[in-house]
Amino acid sequence: MDASEASGVPRIVTAGFDDPESYTIERYLARGGYQGLRKALGMDPEAVVAEVDRASLLGRGGAGFPAGRKWSMLRPDPVTYLVVNGDESEPATFKDHALIERNPHQIIEGTLIASYAVQASQAFIYVRGEFALGLERMQTALNEAYAYGAVGRDIFGSGFSIDIVVHPGAGAYICGEETALLESLEGKRGFPRIKPPYFPAAIGLYGQPTVVNNVETMANLPWIVLHGGAAFASLGAGRSTGTRMFALSGHVRRPGVYEVEMVKTTFRDLIFSEQLGQGLREGRTVKAFVPGGVSAPWFGPEQLDLPLGQDEVGAAGSMLGSGSVVVMDSSTCAVRAAWRITKFFFRESCGQCTPCREGSGWLERILYRIEHGRGREEDLEQLLDICDNIAPGLTWPPQMTTICVLGPSIPSSIHSAISMFRDEFLLHVKEGACPMSGGSHG
Amino acid sequence: MSYFTPDRRAQAEELLSLYPKARSALVPLCHLAQEQDGWLRPEAMEEIAGLVGVTPAEVRGTATFYDMLHTEPVGTYLIAICTNIACLLDGAQELLEHAEELLGVRAGGTTEDGRFSLEEAECLADCDHAPCVQVNHRFVRAQTPEAFDQLVDDLVAGRVQETIPPHGTLCRVRRDGGLRVDRQQIAAERAAARAAKASRAAAADEAKPSSGGSS
Ligand SMILES: Cc1cc2nc3c(=O)[nH]c(=O)nc-3n(C[C@H](O)[C@H](O)[C@H](O)COP(=O)(O)O)c2cc1C
Ligand code: SF4
Ligand code: FES
Repeated sequence: MDASEASGVPRIVTAGFDDPESYTIERYLARGGYQGLRKALGMDPEAVVAEVDRASLLGRGGAGFPAGRKWSMLRPDPVTYLVVNGDESEPATFKDHALIERNPHQIIEGTLIASYAVQASQAFIYVRGEFALGLERMQTALNEAYAYGAVGRDIFGSGFSIDIVVHPGAGAYICGEETALLESLEGKRGFPRIKPPYFPAAIGLYGQPTVVNNVETMANLPWIVLHGGAAFASLGAGRSTGTRMFALSGHVRRPGVYEVEMVKTTFRDLIFSEQLGQGLREGRTVKAFVPGGVSAPWFGPEQLDLPLGQDEVGAAGSMLGSGSVVVMDSSTCAVRAAWRITKFFFRESCGQCTPCREGSGWLERILYRIEHGRGREEDLEQLLDICDNIAPGLTWPPQMTTICVLGPSIPSSIHSAISMFRDEFLLHVKEGACPMSGGSHG
Repeated sequence: MSYFTPDRRAQAEELLSLYPKARSALVPLCHLAQEQDGWLRPEAMEEIAGLVGVTPAEVRGTATFYDMLHTEPVGTYLIAICTNIACLLDGAQELLEHAEELLGVRAGGTTEDGRFSLEEAECLADCDHAPCVQVNHRFVRAQTPEAFDQLVDDLVAGRVQETIPPHGTLCRVRRDGGLRVDRQQIAAERAAARAAKASRAAAADEAKPSSGGSS
């Protein structure tokens, strides 16, 4: 974060993070809060959409779809909704958690700007249930915003009115998927809906056209409106514009959330820079790293110099996804890491699709067996075979065999681990034990 | 007789009024019931069913989908330890085993005195403080066995009641004032905005020099 500032790159969404009271309306107003909303309300709604289009703001929730384009695709209807996704539960992703607790007003301001741009009838901010403090901060901020006149009837005397509701989740990873999120918001089990026809822009909440956007996507809007889409687009490069929050964890000295300029920053900068991750512990080296959430295929040390850009990482065979980077150093057991990630998918599969529901269980059991020294050499082929059934061809991005992309994301870590560390798998089989255990094991 | 206490009953009515369709209040109402009792009693599910207009079986069926909604009693303090990837790399499995030993229950269990439940959690989105521990969904950052022992001591001695309410209480901040705009007003405003937009578009079209009329 400090690195960005020193180089003149603005902190767009984490401004104020150093202030322990950054979440209050007083502090938010003191750093220019709600000015973007004031300006937007003086523009025509379509001019706001055009500005966001010009910014080329890519969604920050994982899929990276341009926000302006998404808004333009909304089916015209007298009743539309905006649903803001703060359900963050992709393993090792913790940027939205930080944003919700430390900058809730900026999410609210962005939500208001987006509501105005798409002329939504009502907006909902869905906050992950496990964020008790986040829910309290968000609800407090919303109460403050109402009292300030930024939400509700005739906002700032503009003639535009809207209500926002903070909605708590209740613990289910799959509810982060946008159609599951809508089911959940309707008071049902979080089962993803099949697309087509259930694209939220066409048939969303209560069957009405709905925009679903991530909380960080929303938090960028006040800055874009105030400074212009062109200024935003001048940061970063290519399609990856602006700054982005990255959640850095695993074997680094200084894990944390860092807002950096897209593309101009590399994985190596993020992990090793003195102002950012500060590198690994003494004597350790990077064995592998997850570049964008556990749904993403892993990278090795040779990819450290890749820029943090959506297309750049995509071209290298993985994805920037949810913006979370997990570093595994030389002490890490690749089998154990792949097993734990797979166990997560097995636990969180909603169970609607056979390849996902059954496949994740089979994979988890085989990996567990190998890790615990009871694997066979044939297990490797079997793992890949099952993976190939879930995502035929094991290509990236994966082929779809299921209702949502949770299923086809399961093979990523397994395929990566076997391709990169086949010998390590075989050593587990040969020795009848995990060769890394007894050490720090991670 | 309502299952909810009078104040919570009023809160329930308010929750219902926030959504275009009553069923959307189902999960928030389940949280409210858990705040009252620590878990979802059958009577609670029955009342919620009546409030949102579904059967009690549908409430149960929905609630059981969600990890945070409990249709069986849980301990006063629900301790969740994440063992997912970032935490695994930082000793989460070992911390979980330590907790099991200290509390004398396996993950998924509740101590005999009903004080503690222990859970192996998936990523709790606090991976820069690995291994991550929550008590009643509050981040406590007890990352070492020693810190964990201290935490349990504090909980037993009642030293952290301020920051960690008993299980079930999630968000202690109440929305003030329900919805502020009625739906008809919104509909009228949006219709006017659509009309204004259409006339802007028409004006822009007229301002354009006609180029063969093939638009
Ligand atoms: C299994 C799964 C989980 C997801 N979890 C989240 C999440 O927690 N938060 C989020 O914003 N998007 C999540 N997404 C992506 C959403 O479906 C959706 O693309 C996103 O919220 C759109 O917002 P954006 O365009 O602003 O990124 C998830 C997708 C899948 C398939
Ligand atoms: S792919 Fe998995 S999580 Fe997604 S809908 Fe199918 S079973 Fe559910
Ligand atoms: S992996 Fe444990 S909190 Fe994220």
